Amino acid sequence: MSAASLGLWTVPIAVLGGAIRVSTPFLFVSLGELVTEKSGRINLGLEGTLIMGAMSGFGVAYLTGSPWLGVLAAGMVGVIFGALHAAICSLPRVNDIAVGIALMIFGIGLAFYLGKPLVQPRAPTLPALPLGFWSDIPQVRAALQVNALFIVGLVFTPVLSWALANTRWGLIVRMVGDSSEAARALGYSPIRVRLYATCFGGFMAGVGGSFLSLYYPGSWNEGLSSGQGITAVALVIFARWNPVACFGASLLFGGAGALGPALQAVGVTSGTYLLNAAPYFLTLLILVLSSSSRRRVAGAPGELSVTK
Amino acid sequence: MSQDYRLSRRAVIAGMSAGAAFSALPVGSAWAATPTVGFIYVGPKDDYGYNQAHAAGAAAVKAMGVKVVEEERVPETIDVEKTMESMINLDGASLLFPTSFGYFDPHILKEAKKYPNVTFMHCGGLWHEGLPANVHSYFGYIDEAEFLSGIVAAHVTKTKKFGFVAAKPIPQVLRNINAFTLGARSIDPTITVQVIFTGDWSMPVKEAEATNSLADQGVDVVTCHVDSPKVVIETAEKRGLFTTGYHASQAALAPNGYLTGAEWNWEALYPSLITDFEAGKTIPGLIRGGLKAGIVKTSPYTALVPDAAKAKADAVKAQFMGDGFVIFAGPIKDNKGATVIDAGTMRGQTDIELEKMSYLVEGVIGSTS
Amino acid sequence: MDAEPPRRAALARFIDPLAAPLAAGAATVALFGLFVALAGRNPLEVYRLMAEGAFGSWFSWQNTLLRASPLLLTALCTALPAQMGLVIIGGEGAFVIGGLAAIAAGLRMADIGTPALVVQCAMALAGMAAGGALIALAGAMRHWRGVNETISSLLLSSIAIAVMNQVVEGPMRDPASLNKPSTRPLPDADLIGNIPGMDVHWGLALGLIACLLAWLLMRRTTFGFAARIVGGNSRAARMAGLPVGLMMVIVTGLGGAAAGLGGMIEVAAVQGDANANIAAGYGLSGILVAFLARQHPLAIIPVAVLLGGIGASGGLLQRRLDLPDAAVLVLQGILFVALLAGEALPPLSEWKAKVSR
Repeated sequence: MSAASLGLWTVPIAVLGGAIRVSTPFLFVSLGELVTEKSGRINLGLEGTLIMGAMSGFGVAYLTGSPWLGVLAAGMVGVIFGALHAAICSLPRVNDIAVGIALMIFGIGLAFYLGKPLVQPRAPTLPALPLGFWSDIPQVRAALQVNALFIVGLVFTPVLSWALANTRWGLIVRMVGDSSEAARALGYSPIRVRLYATCFGGFMAGVGGSFLSLYYPGSWNEGLSSGQGITAVALVIFARWNPVACFGASLLFGGAGALGPALQAVGVTSGTYLLNAAPYFLTLLILVLSSSSRRRVAGAPGELSVTK
Repeated sequence: MSQDYRLSRRAVIAGMSAGAAFSALPVGSAWAATPTVGFIYVGPKDDYGYNQAHAAGAAAVKAMGVKVVEEERVPETIDVEKTMESMINLDGASLLFPTSFGYFDPHILKEAKKYPNVTFMHCGGLWHEGLPANVHSYFGYIDEAEFLSGIVAAHVTKTKKFGFVAAKPIPQVLRNINAFTLGARSIDPTITVQVIFTGDWSMPVKEAEATNSLADQGVDVVTCHVDSPKVVIETAEKRGLFTTGYHASQAALAPNGYLTGAEWNWEALYPSLITDFEAGKTIPGLIRGGLKAGIVKTSPYTALVPDAAKAKADAVKAQFMGDGFVIFAGPIKDNKGATVIDAGTMRGQTDIELEKMSYLVEGVIGSTS
Repeated sequence: MDAEPPRRAALARFIDPLAAPLAAGAATVALFGLFVALAGRNPLEVYRLMAEGAFGSWFSWQNTLLRASPLLLTALCTALPAQMGLVIIGGEGAFVIGGLAAIAAGLRMADIGTPALVVQCAMALAGMAAGGALIALAGAMRHWRGVNETISSLLLSSIAIAVMNQVVEGPMRDPASLNKPSTRPLPDADLIGNIPGMDVHWGLALGLIACLLAWLLMRRTTFGFAARIVGGNSRAARMAGLPVGLMMVIVTGLGGAAAGLGGMIEVAAVQGDANANIAAGYGLSGILVAFLARQHPLAIIPVAVLLGGIGASGGLLQRRLDLPDAAVLVLQGILFVALLAGEALPPLSEWKAKVSR
């Protein structure tokens, strides 16, 4: 099949490639947030963390010349934001959703403020693996030009799934999330466990942000995130706190983002905005169908404020 | 009701002496003293695009020793009204450049009535008879530079397919897409231009995604009309495509693909306007012009541009600079087959019909709705 | 509702809620001062300029009040449901969809030559109905399907904004709005004007009235008392025979209606038509205002004025001190974080009790 005769086939190919490209930040933020939520906290501030990660990752990569150092720096900034969230939430009478919104505003403000000198420069970007080498079709090769972070996320997803289910560490996180009383009775400090879980969530969100600035689209500017951070929080609920489902949902949300341009490329042009909002609608639908006023959502951590 | 606004490069450098530059309309306001000048941007002023081009103009004004106040990221809401008022009341500004298209109606119109002694220069060409005398509008025929970009790109393409990433299907954008297409097809009528609308002016991920799907479609030249072309140009560079720029030069971003580009030249227009204000000259209500007036320019050809392309583009450019060259010369069909400009009809740049453009010309793949 | 408290307790009741915000405010002033000092600016100069830009003159005051007015209404979208223990963050969507519904109703009425006041009332009703319906949906889903209202209101908000964009660029687009897709404009006669003697439109008055009404409803009526019981313990409320679901729908609906009214004012007093600019972030700032006001309907008023003032002075910081526009966001973020941390401070009366013990 030659490139010219692909016709409508370009849509699924483009959506596949687009899903891989667009989904990576969703994947990282949602896997991190999943662990945070499993411990019984929700962090809506990940949008701010994501943007801080994008900015600081780009800045460090630009200054050091190493994109991987940038990724690490973005993760570390995420840890700081996660720790801040956890610390404030551990105070009495503090609502985790409100703290999340506060840190979202703070993170976005700080990133825009510190990122002013980073709009113009260019930084080295993350490498990609040419997994489409077997194909002669340039579209397929391009679609399977898979970035390194996506592979990391792909490998990490089952590891996280296994770890949550089978390790002592996973058990503690889940126990704290389901009943802090029980955890305390067994001698584990919910505050400390949630601190670690939120820091982990922050780390992942920071890394997810660095993907935006260091791979795709691959530069820093203030419009970089169009709400990927906050969408990823909804995505975790959509995926019912299951890492493998998070992976699938990330691909779905990413693919939805890629569908619009791909459809236009073959001549379907109406309804752009509604198409972009389709993932939100889908999430809402799933929530309505899967929830019940009498019992909690299946798989939901018992202490999680948004499922009480 | 427009006047061609002409401004030669030499005149700018000479500091704009009297005479040649402006043809006056009855409306206009005069200033005899050095004003404090306010510039308002809708986005960040270092965006490699629309706002940066205006900020470069502001910097040129500042370099003249004029006091300049600037504010960026001002939304098209009550915010811009209050920013204008604040510049007037607290900074003593008497000349304002609110540079976003959406500032005009209702915001600038409201303020112009409120502050009849302040002059408002709006970028967008929305002036018409009957507006307050202190409202002026200016815009450049950047489609001339797009036409030249199309000519240049037509000389390097192998697949005969171009891509155009655009924000919204509005007349200014459609005019650029059409001019680019007509330029390309004046060289090779088999060329098609695939357009993708992202829906908004600054959507980095969507712009990258659009560029990638264009690449998947087999296009080998990409250009765009969004606020910041950086993402499109960089993504196209990664995919090994040729690019032509917009708003400002993105040559530095794409050493292996950048050919030329359509740029604003506000750093020439703004200082000359200030000079006229200081000299107390009457400023026309509507200031428009293209390459000849020096309001727009093209990026210098890069080493990737073949000599034949340079020669052809320069020849057309010479016509733009001389007696004029009509881009929208009938017969022109839209991409659904309907005739939109009849044979024999010449729609010159000042033709008001072009401001209402709602179609994509033959050869463009895409739809305006 | 309460027994008449002794004077000292009354004083404590007045001071207690102020102690934490004041401490948070002081911490914010110090932290942001440090922040701008690190950026090489004189903090005193920054604060002097902010005072000048926000409250330094009658012009500055009007600027501040004008920016505060939409926040009064969008804050209610979070603060009213909060009385029932719900966390709603969909005010942006209610604001936008309210504006869209208002223009649709307004244009229809104006077309048949209705008097301006009637047009405006119809617009207000349409805006409130649309905004109210959106948020009431979140309340209903919460009660009957157990769907978390925070997430659902966020999703509903995103969907509402998408609908607005689609409608403004599609079915309701004025073909004459060439380069700025908008609906047809309202006739000039139907626009909402300024409060006499001020350069501030009537939205300010409506916002103040709405806050006052919300306070009366929640603190001075049986309904409000019942709603707050639900907020305290919904199981107890249900056992007491309160129609919890209906109340949730009403209260979330009222919150959404407030934001929808804000959208109507944005359309009828500022933009004159509906376009993409009505999604300007007022809903988002409203969440901030509501939390800073600790969800108290009357406390929203000073907090909205404070945030309006910060917004009004932001431009001055850019122009005089060359601080980036994001400095204002940083300040808001620090203030919000500090205030939430301040929530944890024990009430002042408990301190005294501890000291005297």
